[in-house]
Amino acid sequence: MITREPFEYPDSAGYFQRLYLATQEGLAEVGRAVLLGVRALRELPDLRRPKARAEFLRQLYICGIESLPVITVVALFTGMILAFQTGIELRRYNQEVYIGSAVMVSMLREMAPFITGLILGACVGSAMAAQLGTMKVNDEIAALEIMSINPVRFLVTPRLAAMMVMTPILSFYTCMLGSLGGAVIGMTQLNVPWEQYMSAGLEFARPKDLFVGLFKALVYGIIITTVSCNEGLTTTQGAVGVGEATRRAVIISFLLVLVVGYFVTRFFY
Amino acid sequence: MIRFEHIVKRLAGRNVLDDLSFEIHPGEIFVIVGPSGTGKSVTLKHMVQLLRPTSGTVWVGKESISTAEGQALERLRGRFGYLFQGGALLGWLTVAQNVALPLQQKTSLDEAEIARRVQEALEMVDLWHAAEQYPAEISGGMQKRAGLARAIVQRPEIVLYDEPTSGLDPVTARTIDRLIQHLNRDLGVTSVVVTHDMQGALTIGHRVAMLHGGRFVEVAAPAAFAASRCPEVQQFLEAQHITRENFFRK
Repeated sequence: MITREPFEYPDSAGYFQRLYLATQEGLAEVGRAVLLGVRALRELPDLRRPKARAEFLRQLYICGIESLPVITVVALFTGMILAFQTGIELRRYNQEVYIGSAVMVSMLREMAPFITGLILGACVGSAMAAQLGTMKVNDEIAALEIMSINPVRFLVTPRLAAMMVMTPILSFYTCMLGSLGGAVIGMTQLNVPWEQYMSAGLEFARPKDLFVGLFKALVYGIIITTVSCNEGLTTTQGAVGVGEATRRAVIISFLLVLVVGYFVTRFFY
Repeated sequence: MIRFEHIVKRLAGRNVLDDLSFEIHPGEIFVIVGPSGTGKSVTLKHMVQLLRPTSGTVWVGKESISTAEGQALERLRGRFGYLFQGGALLGWLTVAQNVALPLQQKTSLDEAEIARRVQEALEMVDLWHAAEQYPAEISGGMQKRAGLARAIVQRPEIVLYDEPTSGLDPVTARTIDRLIQHLNRDLGVTSVVVTHDMQGALTIGHRVAMLHGGRFVEVAAPAAFAASRCPEVQQFLEAQHITRENFFRK
């Protein structure tokens, strides 16, 4: 049952019992979020149905196409800043020809999935939390449950699948565009020709960097969707609750992208 | 058909329902009235396990819905239609798509049959002309009627109405009242109506119950309800300018 009653302390609970119950409830909430993600993953085969596929395509458009303008600007300028700052330092040692490798490797390994995760967390995750939160307070989730339509299958799974597809694609797009931005700075500000920039980049970048980066993006997609949908589906207290759920979804997503990003990096390198 | 057995529901530190016991018979229109915040909607939500009781049991037929889970709960809920206060329509679907949703998701009916039943349901609530509009493009009253069409499109045995006429103009409100009577009389639908509208309650109800302090202080047929000596009932009726005399004169 998605529709849950708000957690309440017993009237007789003292300070320590309240602390204990709050900790217990906090852990239970984490467990419920993980369970939501697992249930949504288990429902993925349902997307074979034409009706479910239509919603999946709609979510692909929202996650992918609607995020494209922001991602384009951020990726391009991140690559440019990265190339410029690295280039200034490398020029002191006459090594500015290596900005290609600095930009490409850092984009592939870390920056591209990280930037994509943050942008999708802010743009798509917040929208998911706000939409599901509004549906919750307007009784739309309850209406689905009464109609015996599984809200996880109907609402969470298409969003999760769309994010699992789009986050790696957008991460790759960010990487390409960031590298392009770096090349533009290299050619116009640091006198590094395109061929030199590319050959330095391709010399140091390995396929593993690309695959680990894409894997990270996939994990971020799952985390952002699970956190945002869970926050939305547990919204209470009207418009204030929707705002609170959206804020929490963005903060938790950002923190988890950072923390999990470190552990994935640590695991592979 | 629906039986509440000693239901206690504790919310925000107080007993919203306090040892509430009653039974709703098949084919009946059972109307629950009472001031705001007395637990009318909470009572309704217990019937489909949107809330679980703190103690006690809610029975639907011979099965306990308050403890049902999984497929048993799904099957029990399948017997119900539910009209929410605000309609609870999905904003990205048109009115027709909203009404078609339970049929598309939960039945194996073909598209032509679904379209026919959607049209039938929308015509019943006089909303066929707005079938292709989105919820944000229609008025609150129309949203409520669309919600009603969705509640009845699966032809449920029991329909629960949460404030079906609140916020509607008097003409539309009486249309909804007549629709509830029609569903009950012609299709045998058992109805539970939560409302503030005493005019409608006394017109359509087979029994009217007044909820106060977490319990029913009066459960009676409309005529007996209007003649009740219970102070809470009298106060509620007087507030809506309904006296024993003018009720019987009608």
